[in-house]
Amino acid sequence: MSAAYLTPEYIIERNKERCTNCQICVKQCSFGAHSFLKEEKIVVSDDAKCVNCHRCIVYCPKRALVIKKNPLEFRENANWTDKAIKEIYKQAETGGILLCGMGNDRPYPIYWDHILINASQVTNPSIDPLREPMELKTFLGRKPDKLKIQNGKLMEDLPPQLELEMPVMFSAMSFGSISYNACEALAMAATQLGIMYNTGEGGFHKNLRKYGKNTIVQVASGRFGVDIDYLLAGAAIEIKIGQGAKPGIGGHLPGEKVGPEVSATRMIPLGTDALSPAPHHDIYSIEDLRQLIYSLKEATDYQKPVLVKIAAVHNIAAICSGIARAGADIIVIDGFRGGTGAAPLRIRDNVGIPVEFALAAVDSRLRSEGIRNQISLVCGGSIRNSADIIKAIALGADAVYIGSSALIAMGCHMCQMCYTGKCNWGIATQNPDLAKRLNPKVASTKLVNLLTAWANEMKEMLGGMGINAIESLRGNRLMLRGIGLNDRELNILGIKAAGE
Amino acid sequence: MRILDALNVHYRDLNKIVKELINSGESEIILKNVHGQRYIGAGAKGNHKLIIEGIPGNDMAAYMDGLTISIKGNAQDAVGNTMNSGRIIVYGNAGDIVGYAMRGGEIFILGDVGYRVGIHMKEYEDKKPVIVIGGKAGDFLGEYMAGGIIIILGLNTSDAEDSIGNFCGIGMHGGTIYVRKHVNINKLGKEVIAVEASMEDICIIAGYVKKFSHFFNIDFHSVMKEKFIKLYAHDSRPYGKLYAY
Repeated sequence: MSAAYLTPEYIIERNKERCTNCQICVKQCSFGAHSFLKEEKIVVSDDAKCVNCHRCIVYCPKRALVIKKNPLEFRENANWTDKAIKEIYKQAETGGILLCGMGNDRPYPIYWDHILINASQVTNPSIDPLREPMELKTFLGRKPDKLKIQNGKLMEDLPPQLELEMPVMFSAMSFGSISYNACEALAMAATQLGIMYNTGEGGFHKNLRKYGKNTIVQVASGRFGVDIDYLLAGAAIEIKIGQGAKPGIGGHLPGEKVGPEVSATRMIPLGTDALSPAPHHDIYSIEDLRQLIYSLKEATDYQKPVLVKIAAVHNIAAICSGIARAGADIIVIDGFRGGTGAAPLRIRDNVGIPVEFALAAVDSRLRSEGIRNQISLVCGGSIRNSADIIKAIALGADAVYIGSSALIAMGCHMCQMCYTGKCNWGIATQNPDLAKRLNPKVASTKLVNLLTAWANEMKEMLGGMGINAIESLRGNRLMLRGIGLNDRELNILGIKAAGE
Repeated sequence: MRILDALNVHYRDLNKIVKELINSGESEIILKNVHGQRYIGAGAKGNHKLIIEGIPGNDMAAYMDGLTISIKGNAQDAVGNTMNSGRIIVYGNAGDIVGYAMRGGEIFILGDVGYRVGIHMKEYEDKKPVIVIGGKAGDFLGEYMAGGIIIILGLNTSDAEDSIGNFCGIGMHGGTIYVRKHVNINKLGKEVIAVEASMEDICIIAGYVKKFSHFFNIDFHSVMKEKFIKLYAHDSRPYGKLYAY
């Protein structure tokens, strides 16, 4: 950042007594914050280049580095905050749209943290999941209105279902936005856990197709990497209409990130920009969406569930009713805190609504219309822990998508610089030297550990409520109470206040 | 060769039979009385021939990989949507978004086409999609075009009439559009440069016009005696400088 008026956001403090000038920090920092002065034979740091990703701190063998927020403050002003002033400097210098990475970081209310979970006391027994069976298995897909059974046998084929060992999947992150190693780690972990990984709009790398049974392939507006083999290679197909971090806009993968592997996987020439238009140009209505859903079903012989992913926006309930009626098997609602590899800052921070409200509104609407069974609901957009999942399922979700949590498990330190492609943790980068820092096997083990822990926590919370199957929690809003919410918010969430 | 009567057959049943025939190795299938059935040939693979008598519905040949489809009539919207390879010949007009995100193969249309034809066409290695349109095209031809070739012949348009609609090539960042006779530059997207086709371009055009003339029994020389205008994007990265990093 060369903008003249900008001062460093962070200060790098190097403890001279501990530092041995070994230059590990120099090698670790792709942003060039550390450098070695050959004549003086010392390592020095440039605060202005630091993004506070902690890579150098973690790898410093002598624990010689500390990074602190720069205490330099503008004159106190509740309106013209430090952030607001610096953004103007940056735009005045560059004339560019501000970019950012990861999800909305503004201090909007987090409604998960205003919802509390119930537990059994006296009147019904809680269940100990360590000794009694506890079911997390989830089937996603359209459920028929009734079953025809003759002589004890099902007389018709059920619509295709996705079978998950727990109600969690890895959300769409394309090869291009994240490294091949990160994709492989997600695919390996999904296979081991019996859940799903999602290709995003990045194509499906040939070497990863062996994980197809645990892969959802995505069809987005740019149709990158989409051909019939791709559609058949996964367990399900997701039509991406929108994404919580950037509702209503498309995506631009800059040519710098389109190296030989990304080029082959997306099937576009080397080094070209991959532009995903904002809309699908064959979808201008619910009827058109139905056409795309059925073209995918026809092409894959009705063997694969079709998901439709949309960002949580104002009129979400009516939109989802339309999507269910258009023939989708699964709706994915992505809340405004959802992560991204790159999004315009203003869109990320100001567009969309919290997934908690969207989910509750959609579930209520589909129930009132008597079509809830026709569709499974998946929500994403910042699921941070197992309690968020329990709350989401009690609000009406069938399963959740996790993206940022999975990346953090793999080593992401939330520096929000994904869009630069310089990720020091080997995740959001196509630079081979950086990408190889992420070992897919190690990262996959961490993902498996995280979700194994979450599964155990979910079982404990279920057991505490006296429930022995996740199925019995689905849409069971009596298990939730709100705290610090007004009547209107409680009403939309469809839950009572704590104490009621 | 197999002949099927599609009259009053639902698209799902029709396409199932067609797919079964393709999978059983039937090399040529004729569908008679097609009345708007959608998704014919969607996701189909192989060197089979499909002849459609009537009007196929939307998304014909979506994701198709290899087949040759002839339509003895008009086609509706989204012909060859995300098509990978193969050939489509329409002996009539076609609707909107012909060849959306098409990656390979050839589409020849005798008559006119609707809006947003060739939108987001792209090429990759040996795959270079081509759309040849005998008549004229609606607005937004070649929008977001990233690769491949579109040729507009304007055979049925007078000298005063334009064969392209408004916003032609808007968002274009790759590929080439050739327009026969003349181009009204006020109808082009701001990303587009128009020049007279070079000898090299004419050779490329002639190769496809030869096929076009052959399929539709039109005199090759009378088509080629007019000049061609070449449209291409002035920048392969139209949005490269949009952002502050």
